[in-house]
Amino acid sequence: MTPIEKVEGRAIPLGLKNVDTDVIIPAHWLKTTTREGMGKGAFESLRADPGNLFDRPENKGAPILIAGDNFGCGSSREHAAWALGDLGIRVVIAPSYSDIFSGNAVKNGILPVVLPQAAIDRLMEVAETDPIHVDLDTQTVTTPFQDRFAFEIDPFRKMCLLEGLDEISLTEKSGAAIDAYEKKLDAERPWMRPAA
Amino acid sequence: MTRPRTLYEKIWDAHVVERRADGTCLIFIDRHLVHEVTSPQAFAGLRAAGRTVRRPDLTLAVPDHNLPTTPRRDAAGNKLPIADPESAAQLAALEKNAPDFGIRYIDATAPEQGIVHVVGPELGFSLPGTTIVCGDSHTACHGGIGALAFGIGTSEVEHVLATQTLLLQPAKTMEVRVEGDVGPGVSAKDIILHITGTIGAAGGTGHVIEYTGSAIRALSIEGRLTISNMAIEGGARAGLIAPDAVTFAYLKGRPYAPKGADWDAAVEYWKSLATDPGATYDKVVVIDAADIAPSVTWGTSPEDVVPITGVVPDPASFADPSKQAAAAKSLAYMGLEPGTRMQDVAIENIFIGSCTNSRIEDMRAAAAVIKGRKKAGNVKWAIVVPGSGLVKAQAEAEGLDRIFIEAGLEWREPGCSACLAMNPDKVPAGERCASTSNRNFVGRQGPGSRTHLVSPAMAAAAAVTGRLTDVRELMA
Repeated sequence: MTPIEKVEGRAIPLGLKNVDTDVIIPAHWLKTTTREGMGKGAFESLRADPGNLFDRPENKGAPILIAGDNFGCGSSREHAAWALGDLGIRVVIAPSYSDIFSGNAVKNGILPVVLPQAAIDRLMEVAETDPIHVDLDTQTVTTPFQDRFAFEIDPFRKMCLLEGLDEISLTEKSGAAIDAYEKKLDAERPWMRPAA
Repeated sequence: MTRPRTLYEKIWDAHVVERRADGTCLIFIDRHLVHEVTSPQAFAGLRAAGRTVRRPDLTLAVPDHNLPTTPRRDAAGNKLPIADPESAAQLAALEKNAPDFGIRYIDATAPEQGIVHVVGPELGFSLPGTTIVCGDSHTACHGGIGALAFGIGTSEVEHVLATQTLLLQPAKTMEVRVEGDVGPGVSAKDIILHITGTIGAAGGTGHVIEYTGSAIRALSIEGRLTISNMAIEGGARAGLIAPDAVTFAYLKGRPYAPKGADWDAAVEYWKSLATDPGATYDKVVVIDAADIAPSVTWGTSPEDVVPITGVVPDPASFADPSKQAAAAKSLAYMGLEPGTRMQDVAIENIFIGSCTNSRIEDMRAAAAVIKGRKKAGNVKWAIVVPGSGLVKAQAEAEGLDRIFIEAGLEWREPGCSACLAMNPDKVPAGERCASTSNRNFVGRQGPGSRTHLVSPAMAAAAAVTGRLTDVRELMA
């Protein structure tokens, strides 16, 4: 996973609420056995409109996406995070996310920034013309106009993003604890193993 | 004396392998269900890192999303190929990955094949008090038998395959209590649609919802699975219903369920899981069952719910400006005008199936309405897709397939079907579908498709009248 600390650039001012993962990447793009190339299908229904935000020349390769409440709701498909990553998006800024999406984002080096709607409204305005700066280390979003918004993030997620950590390697260090748990479970509740 | 705990807290506490200083816990996973769409990249990751599956005995793989619901064998009994090359490749990947990693695999042509969330409880692989994950958000379904079950992304699928654990933050708790008796024609689907309309699509975000109250207790396991299935539509990653005598009776004798003395020990343990008197939830919502009507969605979010007796709402009627904008956009997509009676909306397609509503009780409810009637002339496509081979066999034994076929509906092979526009079952652009599935998102049933979420009985009613219909009128 690519570590992430500071991201500066254009932000796509999408702003919609309840953007579900079927909108981010429709199911027919999920018939693949790799993680690559998902950007082609990203936001397909929105991009069917020729004047859409994503295909405006100034937004090509924009590293930031601004959205409304409950971004990434619906299906657990990690393809949504892969699709955003393939578009070049490293940061999403929204008032709230679905629980599954925000986890998937972090595991793919995408930072889900949570800011109140008032801050989102201001950033949407700035994004029309100017770049936005996101600093994970100091947990701030700033604009060229002296706006400064602080955001909260779970410390473990922050560490994973800053260091680009592979969570499986991290968990494997707890191998002895997992062994001990399994042993205890087999002793206390042996019927937990599937019978057949 | 220990602090009173909720059902969620008891299951969580029993699965903590390690607790980190920041509150994150390494949680043991008792059951891992795997399907073809969200697993290939996880298996590829294991191969690349030279890792194995830690507990293949706790893992069960079954294909469902991509499978066409047309016959899978020819008249001579030979397996039929899958026409779409990408779908075929994804199914072939699972068929290879499962034995390569020692995982039990239910083949597309096996009698037990079906939608992963129908198969798990039906085989007794899913049990109360267990943690269950799957790379599919409707894993919440298994909460209906009292399992802490939730959807995960592919990175987490790989993590569980490799370590049989997940690193998780504890969720907040929410109680949705439905008290009283529901009226005639009101099913579990109507209850959960009503709940979703009440709490909103993000109402349960960050929470695990426990459904309680006399209306929930009165439901069969099929009904409870329908309720918990759609916890995710209210934003909650998991739903829970305390296991009770109904749960135990449902599970007893199922192939993977405990047997003999193990069964008695298991029931004893499961009985201890109910939320303690005095335990508190972070959030409580109380609903009067008498307020719930047969329900239907009008928009493109599952929170867009009205009673079938209602009308398409005016976007201006919503207080929140962002909801006003979203509703206007939804109505444009759905081709609906504010003030239109829901019962005047004509329907061209009917889908009875999905992990929400494809169990035997759903088949019976739909057949009871269809029996002795015919599909309306304006309905072009109407399919009934049982959730598993076992449901299909049971329905056929009861003659339900004949009722559907004689009325002009198609009786299909088990799978996810028209729920998600991934296999050949799709709703054409600009057409409506009365669907027993769980999501009415833009393009969910096919590009440009217009979904109205309903119960199996309501879908059956729409099939015979050709419009959204109050099923109570057909029950008289």
